[in-house]
Amino acid sequence: MYSLLSTQNLSASFGSTQVLKNIQMDFDEFTVSAIIGPSGCGKSTFIRCLNRLHEEVAEASATGKVLLQGHDIYASDVDPVAIRRKIGMVFQKPNPFPSLSIFDNVAIGLKLAGVRRGAILRETVERSLKLAALWEEVKDKLNSQGTSLSGGQQQRLCIARALAVEPSVLLMDEPTSALDPISTAKIEELMTELKKTVTIVIVTHNMQQAARISDKTAFFLLGEMIEYGETSELFTAPKDQRTERYITGRFG
Amino acid sequence: MQRHFADYIFRSYRKRKAINALMCGLLVLAATLAIFPLFSVFGYVVAQGYSALNWEFFTAVPKPVGEIGGGMANALLGTCTLVALASLIGIPWGVSVALYLSEYGGKQGRGRFAGVVRFSADMLSSIPSIIVGLFVYALVVITMRRFSAVAGGLALGILMIPTVCRTTEELLRMIPEHIREAGLALGLPRWKVILWIILKGSRGPITTGIMLSIARVSGETAPLLFTAFNNRFWQSGLDQPIASLPVQIYTYAISPYDDWHRQAWAGALLLVMLVFAMNLLTRVVFNSGGNSKKQGGN
Repeated sequence: MYSLLSTQNLSASFGSTQVLKNIQMDFDEFTVSAIIGPSGCGKSTFIRCLNRLHEEVAEASATGKVLLQGHDIYASDVDPVAIRRKIGMVFQKPNPFPSLSIFDNVAIGLKLAGVRRGAILRETVERSLKLAALWEEVKDKLNSQGTSLSGGQQQRLCIARALAVEPSVLLMDEPTSALDPISTAKIEELMTELKKTVTIVIVTHNMQQAARISDKTAFFLLGEMIEYGETSELFTAPKDQRTERYITGRFG
Repeated sequence: MQRHFADYIFRSYRKRKAINALMCGLLVLAATLAIFPLFSVFGYVVAQGYSALNWEFFTAVPKPVGEIGGGMANALLGTCTLVALASLIGIPWGVSVALYLSEYGGKQGRGRFAGVVRFSADMLSSIPSIIVGLFVYALVVITMRRFSAVAGGLALGILMIPTVCRTTEELLRMIPEHIREAGLALGLPRWKVILWIILKGSRGPITTGIMLSIARVSGETAPLLFTAFNNRFWQSGLDQPIASLPVQIYTYAISPYDDWHRQAWAGALLLVMLVFAMNLLTRVVFNSGGNSKKQGGN
């Protein structure tokens, strides 16, 4: 029995600078895993390796293995495009597609993948927006521009967009760091709902957030994974001194 | 001491205010003088050309030399034909180069070859248009052994490439990188993200840039002189010489006949209005349509 997603000896570099060193992690299905650590510790790079988005940046490279249901997504015969349909992503800044309506923002993943049937698209858009807890707010203005929504709504729109292609893993890169507390609370609430259908890996700067929403937490420092365990244990009884010093606010 | 200091403060402030007023005045003057040529050219062309504008001018071809009357219908249609040909060549070519420069071109357009291409485009846009005309003359006219609409369209199209390319590239670059990543993260191949999300997302401003470059080339004369040449009759085919407003204006303006002079002014008015209308249309249609909302992300 293996985890839904796991990494083996995952290392990543920008040019000659190594930013991730031999990360081993397992993510179980239908859980929320949080990754915390000071700025520049490699946590964003890490989740960008999980859907092979890291390699899209100039001079970026990764080595090691990332196993999705036991299959190495870095194997030479694997198409990164196909992987990204299975492993979706939500970014730090809400980034709805410009000039596209709310409907099209959610539908575009399927549309460009060749789904033409209007009924299927409408159904998917409604289901995704409901999952992202945005449906009630936008159901009467699906033809408005996605960028006309508020920041918090835009971020939920981006979540709906990612969910529309039905990924099995959802990566979230500091999804609430650009949002106000109320929008943040909504998205946190949403995540506990979402983990019934999708496995979430979230990077966060906010330790309280990690403590509130995650089942497991990993602490990263200088490109290394220092500690990974049950969230309740990591925050109450950290095994590593560096973790303890970080979560008690003595550095970072 | 106190007194001195207060004097100093007020005096220096008065001086600064005076200089400020003077400089602002100079800037307003410069701005006024800059729009003055436009309005005086426009006013003069209207005054001179208005009287010769009539139904015949828009519907008839030129009369034989010596006869009064006739119009520029063939030149009007010719200009439209040439601009259409130029657009067919210049727009896809320019946009393709822009896509290469902003989206591919080694490390998202920072590669060495992309740099060479960008530099060449800038060079091309500063080459005098008559040189482009000469180039097409050597390339097409001599080969085909005749002046032709195709040659004229090609010359104008080449002139469009650098402006279309560079404005499009700038606009594509205004779309933040994380929008592209969001597309990739949906499991879409890069070309689909570029075509259907990035290019489509900035289609309004890009169309504006393209329209402005069309307006620009529709008034070009020099590159047409020995490519499209001129034609006093309706055009008979794309491989034949073709009339155009700028060349017709030029031909009539240097002629010795008063009637032709009047027609040249009328042609000038028509050309100015055409360009003006295109600019205005572009602004009204593409800049008011929720453009502020079009820029993605935050």
